[in-house]
Amino acid sequence: MSAGAPTVLHGWGRTSPSVATVRTPVTADEVAAAVRGAGDRGVLARGLGRSYGDPAQNAGGTVLDMTHRRGVRRLDVDAAVVEVEAGTSLDELLRVLLGVGLTLPVQPGTRQVSVGGAIAADVHGKNHHVAGSFGAHVRWVDLLTADGAVQRLRPDGPDPELFWGTVGGMGLTGVVLRAELSVRRVETSSVVVTSERHGDLGEVMDALTRLDHEAEYSVAWFDSVSRGRGSGRGVVLSGHDARLDELPVAQRRTPYAVPPPRSVAVPLVPPVSLVNRLSGRAFNELWFRRAPRHPGTGVEHAFGFFQPLDGVASWNRLYGPRGLAQYQLAVPHDAAAVVPEVVAAVAASGHVSCLNVLKRFGPGTPSPLSFPMPGWTLALDLPVAPGLAGLLDRLDAMVLEAGGRVYLAKDSRTPAHHLAAMYPDLPRFAALRRRVDPEGRFASDLARRLGLLTPTPAREARP
Amino acid sequence: MDATGRPQSLLLLGGTSEIGLAVADAWAERSPGLRVVLAARPGERRDAAAARLEGRGCRVEVHDFDALDDGAHVRVVEKARAGGDVDVAVVAYGVLGDPELAWQDPEEAGRVARTNYTAPVLSGVALGAMVRAQGHGVVVALSSVAGERPRRSNFVYGSSKAGMDAFYTGLGEALRPIGGRVLVVRPGFVRSRMTAGLDAAPLAVGPEEVARAVVDGVAAGREQVWVPRPLRPVMSTLRHLPRPVFRRLPL
Repeated sequence: MSAGAPTVLHGWGRTSPSVATVRTPVTADEVAAAVRGAGDRGVLARGLGRSYGDPAQNAGGTVLDMTHRRGVRRLDVDAAVVEVEAGTSLDELLRVLLGVGLTLPVQPGTRQVSVGGAIAADVHGKNHHVAGSFGAHVRWVDLLTADGAVQRLRPDGPDPELFWGTVGGMGLTGVVLRAELSVRRVETSSVVVTSERHGDLGEVMDALTRLDHEAEYSVAWFDSVSRGRGSGRGVVLSGHDARLDELPVAQRRTPYAVPPPRSVAVPLVPPVSLVNRLSGRAFNELWFRRAPRHPGTGVEHAFGFFQPLDGVASWNRLYGPRGLAQYQLAVPHDAAAVVPEVVAAVAASGHVSCLNVLKRFGPGTPSPLSFPMPGWTLALDLPVAPGLAGLLDRLDAMVLEAGGRVYLAKDSRTPAHHLAAMYPDLPRFAALRRRVDPEGRFASDLARRLGLLTPTPAREARP
Repeated sequence: MDATGRPQSLLLLGGTSEIGLAVADAWAERSPGLRVVLAARPGERRDAAAARLEGRGCRVEVHDFDALDDGAHVRVVEKARAGGDVDVAVVAYGVLGDPELAWQDPEEAGRVARTNYTAPVLSGVALGAMVRAQGHGVVVALSSVAGERPRRSNFVYGSSKAGMDAFYTGLGEALRPIGGRVLVVRPGFVRSRMTAGLDAAPLAVGPEEVARAVVDGVAAGREQVWVPRPLRPVMSTLRHLPRPVFRRLPL
């Protein structure tokens, strides 16, 4: 393990960088030593740094780069379970799984996340309405806690409270060393995709509601940049895992083919954001025109369907030196009206959300800090620009009014005093932290910003 | 500090400075529940400033601080940190002094030089240690265009600001690799208590305009700003004038 060097760390949004001592432990003993040796600014595990804001940073403290603990340890094809090191990327894991006809039951929008990160953020995918989030498919985790001991935790015990606190717990309960996941058999590595164009947001939402009962995968993209007739138009994608007989004949001999790792990258950070109203319109026009005018069905590789942006490395650099803030909200079904209200507020603000993703969630997990809740989720990508703080504060107010929440893995600016209303189980999480990490060894910039380490006077005095 | 450049906590060294308080006001409006630490000499002015910021929804802490007490800088920064990380620290104190007295009277000369140069250097050292411990932090140094080219009319003040400006410009470089940023602010003539009774120079601004430039500059990650912005080309021109010409200007 390296002695550790001061390193500037930021999230995928490239906002709020901070400096921590980064260490690269490999063995459990090395992780334990690093945790015990952490100073008063604490310690945190980091995976591939794909959370947008500051959850994988720990300013002035220690950050453990877990990506050196990687690889599949055991793969039981018949039982469809895999034991994997926490630092393994989903990309690496999927390439192994697909080789034997298996796949992950939940696939987020990028494969460049670690298994540990996927558990800590309790990530979700296009099948949340039927499959739930990543944490629902974790059979056990080996968690190294503040005392340096390693416990094997399962959803139904021992210590289910700590298991579910670790799922979605943003790394604040300990370091996940290893996990066993339930995986799923597929006949091919492709997805049969149906795309439908819709003229406005209402139609898009109706289509998604209908697809809850019809489709294994469903998601919608819509345009919030164009004005007039183009405003709110969208493309709804739905699909299911392709069966062998659904593949084109030429592909049936290699049903589990995977494309080679990508090669295109954005080489540098431009001096200003290249994402603006003009490029936003062009992008949205292109995306809309790409979908067939009438509902069309085709076979697409799962990588392209689930992770369309993984083809371009470092695309976050396009947002320039000030970076991007992603705002992802969830609201209950009965507050569906918030979705068009939010979109109208963004459109009226003059800020450009180039990529808007809408999806319906099914039931959540018992995790106190897990994001998904039954209802709607909407994700917006916004370049940081003057006035953005005010806009996002207004969106917070709408989300809170609706009994909704924002996603901590995407968050980079939520005011601390909103957290308790967004996550009603927060006291349970705080109590768990007091039990398993009484000295507050595990810390992050997000935790400090949101008052997760110690309740801030603001949260006590000013609800 | 959040992704949009809003601090959660603010330390004002010189907690009764009009510009410093205007900065606190500007952020108080944008960050509900902002924690503000006022480091200043005790007195009515500090009490009034604390009460006003509390009225704007800030959580205010006050600490006694005399910039001319060499040991006070480290002490007050540590006290501020005890209540949580400091996202932004503003070095806001300074004196104009009596320009004619200041180049002829040793006591006045020493007071201006120590308040505007030595003390800010000691503040900068304390803030540098804070940034190293926290792994992040923005330091805002209120310099002046008077430091860009000394003028006959107030060169002692100008020279002290020149030194302070150079120190904080260098500190910005030193703090970069350890997570810190420094914003050097160069206002022109600011209508405030400090300049009361003086005739306003061209391009004069109020403390609120300086505050807005600080808030925008921190959010944008800038390292130096002139207030108002046209002062940059103006000062650049003045800096290059031959001395016989510069001398004749009514400045």
